[in-house]
Amino acid sequence: MIQIKFLRMKPGHGEVLLAEGDPRVREEEERLVEEFRRQLDEGMWAAVPTENPGSGRREARMVRDYSDIPLQAERVIFFPRAAGG
Amino acid sequence: MLLALLVLALITAALAAPAIVRAVSRRTHALGAGRRRAHRPDAIAYDPGRERRAEQRARQLLRSCVNDEEWGMYRDLGFIRVDGRKRAGRRGGEPSEVAGQAAAGRPGSEAPPAPYAYLVYPHKPILAYVPGSGQLLSEYCVEFPDLTSGGSGRLPASDDVLAKWMALTSDESRVIGRANMHLVGRQLDPARVRRDLWRLSEWERRRGNRGSVEARRA
Repeated sequence: MIQIKFLRMKPGHGEVLLAEGDPRVREEEERLVEEFRRQLDEGMWAAVPTENPGSGRREARMVRDYSDIPLQAERVIFFPRAAGG
Repeated sequence: MLLALLVLALITAALAAPAIVRAVSRRTHALGAGRRRAHRPDAIAYDPGRERRAEQRARQLLRSCVNDEEWGMYRDLGFIRVDGRKRAGRRGGEPSEVAGQAAAGRPGSEAPPAPYAYLVYPHKPILAYVPGSGQLLSEYCVEFPDLTSGGSGRLPASDDVLAKWMALTSDESRVIGRANMHLVGRQLDPARVRRDLWRLSEWERRRGNRGSVEARRA
């Protein structure tokens, strides 16, 4: 069973679990899509941590739409947009 | 006699009036501020215990995302090096462009794997530099303010590092484009940065990572 977690960085909390579910189950996917849109509407960026199986190099992949989430992704991390400091 | 007492009372009242007015004014301001605080929903008191727990969670999240070397670097040195993803000389003003010029001026500098890199500090600007020469390029002031939550809107330190790491490794142009670029020295002390680069080279040498540019320069 593939479970995906939506996490969000929050001041004073660390990460917060927003939603969790199996994208292959329709009701759960609808809930995930709704939460994804809500977070982007709130001004969050979404990224999926990935690992290159060949080199072992780790990096992140920014996702701007729910359909951009890789199938094998286990979590999506939402964090505030960058702004000039 | 009665007239004298009346005059004395009037003089006393006149002398005491400014002090009474000041006291009433202070009290009124204090009540107003209390009401404003009570009606502001985002006024969350600073709680050191909560912030410490948040930072512990943030460190766990960071550790689960970056590789072992990057985690060790952050744990031991307090910052993470992220290699620049772009080839040299693509766009003006970006580290790749400046690093391209720097590399072109160095003898025997044929296409190193990472012409420039970043040092990512928590709650400090991102520093761009040339690993081959140690030349400091610029600092990029960027924040990730959470305007939807209460309190300061400031992420825990390790979350700030992770946000920068994710942004740089996934969409470097976007985060660098949003940052305010300055010469090194505006917020970061160049002497301290050079010392950090030296610490990084020593750290890599101790780990036996002799292939890195910093370790070779040490």
